[in-house]
Amino acid sequence: MITKRIIPCLDVKDGRVVKGVNFTGLKEISSPVDLAEYYSKNGADELVFYDITASSDGRKIFTEILRQTAEKVFIPLTVGGGINTVEDFDRVLKCGADKVSVNSGAIKNPSLIGEAAKLYGDQCVVLSVDIKRVDGKFTVFRKGGRENTGLEAIDWIKRGVNSGAGEVVVNSIDTDGVKGGFDIELLKAVTDAVSVPVIASGGAGAAEDFITLFKTLPKVDAGLAASIFHYGETNIADLKNLMINNGIPTRI
Amino acid sequence: MTVIVDYGVGNLFSLKSSFAAIGEEAVVSSEAEVIENAERLVLPGVGAFSDAAKKLKESGLDKAVKNAAKRGVPLLGICLGMQLLFEKDYEYGEHEGLALIKGDVKAIDDMGKLKIPHIGWNALKFNGNNPLFKYIKDGDYVYFVHSFAAVNCERFVIAYTEYGKMLTAAVACGNVMGCQFHPEKSGEVGLKILKAFSEMQKERV
Repeated sequence: MITKRIIPCLDVKDGRVVKGVNFTGLKEISSPVDLAEYYSKNGADELVFYDITASSDGRKIFTEILRQTAEKVFIPLTVGGGINTVEDFDRVLKCGADKVSVNSGAIKNPSLIGEAAKLYGDQCVVLSVDIKRVDGKFTVFRKGGRENTGLEAIDWIKRGVNSGAGEVVVNSIDTDGVKGGFDIELLKAVTDAVSVPVIASGGAGAAEDFITLFKTLPKVDAGLAASIFHYGETNIADLKNLMINNGIPTRI
Repeated sequence: MTVIVDYGVGNLFSLKSSFAAIGEEAVVSSEAEVIENAERLVLPGVGAFSDAAKKLKESGLDKAVKNAAKRGVPLLGICLGMQLLFEKDYEYGEHEGLALIKGDVKAIDDMGKLKIPHIGWNALKFNGNNPLFKYIKDGDYVYFVHSFAAVNCERFVIAYTEYGKMLTAAVACGNVMGCQFHPEKSGEVGLKILKAFSEMQKERV
């Protein structure tokens, strides 16, 4: 039986891991390579690296860090941030990424999803969407949640999947950094709409939040989080034991 | 030394790094001579079968791989590389594989219930006792990413995995072996499989 995945997310800036609360107030944590190795040994099922540097120098440092990580860590690596063209896909795939997540780049140029899927396969293209309620409607935001695109979230996700996205990361801006649990209402709407794997992101504040997520929404495939793992509030090995005790299919 | 066949398909960086991690020297090569004289061969691959089969044929490396396999060189196909070992594939039409193992490759029948692709960590259910798995145990988890699976090859299956029904997870026909999952992405369990493979020697002919 396929297991539910636990995915720590590392936001990388200038070669260091950072995590923002509600996307602002960045705080430095640790070396991405060391942290990735630690998580892998601790039972992480996959890792996400987000490149949040804007400069080309920063991009070079990021690619080098990715390469160093892929030399030591043998679980799937997804890379996101600054992916605007198929050349960006090529750049990170050559350095050891297995999957590439597109967000703002796909909003700017929706044909990017289809082009990349054709070249690298659907399994390689992850559609990441930042979603916030605006007047009660699930709305897509870009630029790290600062800019309203006006796109209706479920429609946008369906379009992305139809174009070839093999997985969807649903990041709720409303619950991100609040640590009050995942956005169950939003995630239910997404899992009801698409048949590819769905990764929940934004809101994990304790191990119990993952239990609630997988128990309430068995169609969610994975839970992604950053700060609760980075600050050691939740240890992945302990979380996985808790999942097993709750009858959730888990790899240990 | 293990030679990883480079025919322009797939991410070979992780694969090469994973062999380095277990202390096995591995080189990436697209030269027929190097491939034919390899001690062991790995055939990687991601993407669509038809593209990969075409590239392998156009590069002329299909013959080198087949020649080596027929001389008893241990050969491990990974993911799409495993699917290429079979006779026929039905992804976007009908395509010829290397025909080193009898069987076909078909879309996973999702019966309208399963998520396709099959992505994630799933347990191996051994079928027999293949030396490729000598360092791991039945029920260990490995990482899968695929929409197609090998069928009509029951007697060569060395491990299944359960996804709605039993899917072919790994096959072996003498020195020719294949994993549908990615050992280079399956943590410690995957590295142990690669270690077992890297200890295999050419069969005496």
